[in-house]
Amino acid sequence: MTSGTMERVTTREAAGATRTTVVPSAGAAAGAGAAGGAAPAANKMVVSDLNLYYKEFHALKDVSLTFPENQVTALIGPSGCGKSTLLKSLNRMNDLVEGCRVEGSIMLDGSDAYRDVEVNDLRRRVGMVFQQPNPFPMSVYDNVAFGPRTHGIKKRAELDEIVEQSLRDAAIWDELKDRLKKNALGLSGGQQQRLCIARALAVRPEVLLMDESTSALDPISTAKIEELVAELKKSYTVIMVTHNMLQALRVSDKTAFFLLGEMVEAGDTDTIFTTPSDPRTADYVAGRFG
Amino acid sequence: MMAPWDMTAAQLNAASRITGPEWAVREAEVARRRRMVSSLLRGLVYLGAAATAAVLAFLVGYILVNGVPYLTPSLFEWTYTSDNVSLMPALVSTLMMAALALVMAVPVGVGSAIYLVEYAPRGSRFVSIVRTTTETLQGIPSIIYGLFGMLFFVTALRWNLSLLSGACTLAIMVLPVVMRTTEEALIAVPDAYREGGFGLGAGRLRTVFRCVLPSAVPGILGGVILALGRCVGEVAALLFTAGTIAQIPDFAAGGAMAVFDSCRTLAVHMYVLASEGLHVNETYATAVVLLVVVVILNAAATFAAKKMRKGSGND
Amino acid sequence: MSQSAVKEGFARALFVGAAAVSVLAVALICVFLFANGLPAMAQIGIPEFLLGTTWRPANDLYGIFPMIIGSIYVTAGAMLVGVPAGFLCAVFLSRFASGRVAAALKPGVELLAGIPSVVYGFFGLVVIVPLIRDYLPGRGLSLLAAALLLGIMILPTIITVAQSALDAVPQKYYEGALALGADHEHSVFRVVVPAAASGIMAAIVLGVGRAIGETMAVIMVAGNQAVIPGSIFDGVRTMTANIVLEMGYAADLHRGALIATGVVLFVFILLITMLFNVIKKRGEAR
Repeated sequence: MTSGTMERVTTREAAGATRTTVVPSAGAAAGAGAAGGAAPAANKMVVSDLNLYYKEFHALKDVSLTFPENQVTALIGPSGCGKSTLLKSLNRMNDLVEGCRVEGSIMLDGSDAYRDVEVNDLRRRVGMVFQQPNPFPMSVYDNVAFGPRTHGIKKRAELDEIVEQSLRDAAIWDELKDRLKKNALGLSGGQQQRLCIARALAVRPEVLLMDESTSALDPISTAKIEELVAELKKSYTVIMVTHNMLQALRVSDKTAFFLLGEMVEAGDTDTIFTTPSDPRTADYVAGRFG
Repeated sequence: MMAPWDMTAAQLNAASRITGPEWAVREAEVARRRRMVSSLLRGLVYLGAAATAAVLAFLVGYILVNGVPYLTPSLFEWTYTSDNVSLMPALVSTLMMAALALVMAVPVGVGSAIYLVEYAPRGSRFVSIVRTTTETLQGIPSIIYGLFGMLFFVTALRWNLSLLSGACTLAIMVLPVVMRTTEEALIAVPDAYREGGFGLGAGRLRTVFRCVLPSAVPGILGGVILALGRCVGEVAALLFTAGTIAQIPDFAAGGAMAVFDSCRTLAVHMYVLASEGLHVNETYATAVVLLVVVVILNAAATFAAKKMRKGSGND
Repeated sequence: MSQSAVKEGFARALFVGAAAVSVLAVALICVFLFANGLPAMAQIGIPEFLLGTTWRPANDLYGIFPMIIGSIYVTAGAMLVGVPAGFLCAVFLSRFASGRVAAALKPGVELLAGIPSVVYGFFGLVVIVPLIRDYLPGRGLSLLAAALLLGIMILPTIITVAQSALDAVPQKYYEGALALGADHEHSVFRVVVPAAASGIMAAIVLGVGRAIGETMAVIMVAGNQAVIPGSIFDGVRTMTANIVLEMGYAADLHRGALIATGVVLFVFILLITMLFNVIKKRGEAR
């Protein structure tokens, strides 16, 4: 399996369609990401030659991209460019879409996310925060404890501790510690979204996917979540889709630009925003279309 | 045991180091158990659905297999005798009964739905009273309607056991059905239609009848068919209001006065046959006829609902 | 102008009148039922009527306690049969069935709802009762037969209402659970079902209302002995059955006692309707 992937990657590199270098590797082995930043980071997830179809519609075309560990990668591009589709294929939420077909490979720590990893386990390891805050209609506590309970943690003391730690990590503990038994639907939008982040953290994921997770929030809540992301990347690999280019610039280490299902360019965020190599990227970041 | 929120950060970290690796160790075991529980749940869900489908299939199949062979021409003779328990008089009486009941219930039901949706001011007290009474009517079992019909139409109004008493009782019984479906159909009509009518200077009445009601017709029809189905299947409300005499009200001889004739509908006919226990085969055959009527009505209601959806989808 | 105003006013009055009919109907039902039932109840004595265990009209003994208990037993039995099956079937239709399977099963459920109770009763009489008679103690006409049959009859009510409650649960809850690594079954039963809890409760209450008010099917299979059943294989008489069985020939106080039975049933139903509304309101408030 791994060797097959490697072969395909090599071919692509020979074709030289993108600047992305892909080194599929098992576990801890380090691979130099396209970011080529100062510190060489291991690649947490590696997408190679990904083609995705919704029935006849070709939604993602030959996408190859790496996501370095403990970094924030932003996926940008105009609506319908496929960035959300890519995000959802990383934890197989696309499986829910009828007629969705995936070719190519997505590796998580060297194992194939679609073949070697059980889907529920994949989704636990690759957590997701949605565009609209979607806390369950139950108490704050039960929301955060849902994941751990699902994965077999039943002891009250353990759950208490996980709930507190997750809420602290999501920087919302102080606001909610006295309201743990209250229904989560009574929280403000910003609080709901941070609760959803805490809920995602409670299953100890390795990667956190954020699908335009601040687009439904006010500027103050957005700022809080951006701060939080900067903190979270110390322990997690964060991949975010955003419409807001300033946000990408503020919080991400690496940026990938998508257009019409193709990944035009990926690299160090500063490079993408200051000296992009593709004129389409330059047009987009300059606000000329999209 | 100290509650976690009373712990210091150091204590918490120490605690989480214990659970962290432990989690990984038992993950396989937990996953196995989770899969078992999920398979069990899935099995139960499929079982529930299969049981429902099996009961339906068995019930319908059993009645058909035992009844169809006895659907003889003699069962459709014009007159009922104790030797030939023809269902024809009951069938005709059913049609008369249902038609009479709907003639009363549909205008009233549609009219009150029009008032509730198109006329009534928001938050009106009268509207909330009407809504509550409609819900109450919908929950009342048919035997209570039967008792009321007996006390009011048969006894108080001295209409005796008759087509009219039965039909009035049924009309009250199906009134909430017609009202509710009409209300839903009217609410589904986009406001643009109303604005269109008012915009052209039409009065409220004209707007309702020309612009709103036409596109609600399939929905209303669905409700009427539902009501018809309830009339056809009803027994408890009719035993003491319309009676059990197996004859066709004779409008040819009696004129309009024939509404005071007693008669039995098909469902009552079947009940009488089943409780007498003398004509089991004919009872099966009657059940087949009732089933066929219900299936046709269901299909018609589904068709009307589809038409309604399509109508409002094109807007 | 004035002519059209007259027309508008007239039409409006007609519509108001139509809307008033249902209010009038409920009022009339209450008045006639209570006016005819309460005097008899008073004459018999309310404790003797409600708690008396002997129903022997020939001796002017009118205790309907066995019938109240009978109705409760039969309804409870029907719930035991119908609620699990109906709930699971609703979950199946809402979250498990493929489009084609649902499209086949859904009209089946509607058909089940449309089948007249006399056909159900006959089916119970020729299938369920002989089965019980042949393989279990008793004569077959029993509490068990009535509970089984009623359990089947309330299936469509429970399935339809519970399914629409489940369908109304936003997909984002389900997706949120999946994204935490919960599998399909877990997501459905731990998130979607609790979110639909009030709707499912409403479905059950509606089922209770249907079961307790059902008449013809119960009469045909329950045996109708006016005594408190000692086991599920004994015959049982419900309040509804009591009315239909004897109304045909009852007179005077006997007739009044039967109408009073109807009053008791009516009060039961009103309480259930109120409970249903409370649950529904609470569901909407959330």
